[in-house]
Amino acid sequence: MGAFRVEIRVMPRASLLDPQGQAVEHALHALGFAEAANVRVGKHLVLEVTAPTKEEAAVRARTMCDRLLANPVTEDFSVAVDTAGRPEGSPLG
Amino acid sequence: MKRVAVVVFPGSNCDADTLDAAQAAGSDAYYVWHRDTDLQQADVVVLPGGFSYGDYLRSGAIARFSPVMAAVAEHTRAGGPVLGICNGFQILCEAGLLPGALMRNAGLKFLSRPVRVRVEAADTPFTCRYERGEELVVPIAHGDGRYVADQKTLAELRANAQVVWRYVGDNPNSSVDGIAGVCNAARNVVGIMPHPERRNAPALGGQDGARVFLSMEARNATQPASDVRAVGGRHLRV
Repeated sequence: MGAFRVEIRVMPRASLLDPQGQAVEHALHALGFAEAANVRVGKHLVLEVTAPTKEEAAVRARTMCDRLLANPVTEDFSVAVDTAGRPEGSPLG
Repeated sequence: MKRVAVVVFPGSNCDADTLDAAQAAGSDAYYVWHRDTDLQQADVVVLPGGFSYGDYLRSGAIARFSPVMAAVAEHTRAGGPVLGICNGFQILCEAGLLPGALMRNAGLKFLSRPVRVRVEAADTPFTCRYERGEELVVPIAHGDGRYVADQKTLAELRANAQVVWRYVGDNPNSSVDGIAGVCNAARNVVGIMPHPERRNAPALGGQDGARVFLSMEARNATQPASDVRAVGGRHLRV
């Protein structure tokens, strides 16, 4: 078993209106960043998952997204396991 | 007299008004704490408005896993009537007991003001004392009230006449199709964004919301969903 650092990205589905993203885009334009376009705002979650393998940690994280972390009606998610397993109890780097 | 369970989540803030409105309509209404798993022989369950769990993650996303929700789902499966008002509607969507989801208002502002809605379905346990097509003035108070659903779900909602209330004239949050409330296919679970409990007496500026609670006391309120038949696209009580 090892503890894996998992990063989860949850984004509003591309086909749906993202008023928060639009508001941020307008603010960027007001500040002179005319080059900014298609701004979307989502969520980034970082968690530690204890699992036998990196693959198993990803499977568990995806299950967490299906059940709680993302709404299947409105959001898409991606999961990245970005640290190799380390012994339980030792601090994350 | 119907037994009406008003579920209280941490962060519910319309529970007292909802209890009062149900009692004013003649119901034997009582609170059920979200950690309880016994609905105490409820005829009707109401999930009130508020900000359960601070709206963390998504509105209703955490409350849907409260221990009481297994009993609510069981009550639903048995054909029992369930009403979700505002945050209660969000919780029912998150729990999959109603189709679709509620997203941030298109204008990003929290909106707290009266709106006009049209009754689109008068054959649910919570709207049977209204006439189809009737227009009401009821208050909204929400930041996440923009109803969304995929095209397939929307087609089903239209085909089965599952839109219960629709905004008229002004669509305050840019809900798809102006949807302010929906019911499930069996028609025993209803979710509405406006707050009928805030408009149930002349002293509150009007009483257009009172019949939501009077409907619960009506004959068909505890009628099993199997007794409601669809004939030619219209749902008839038998």
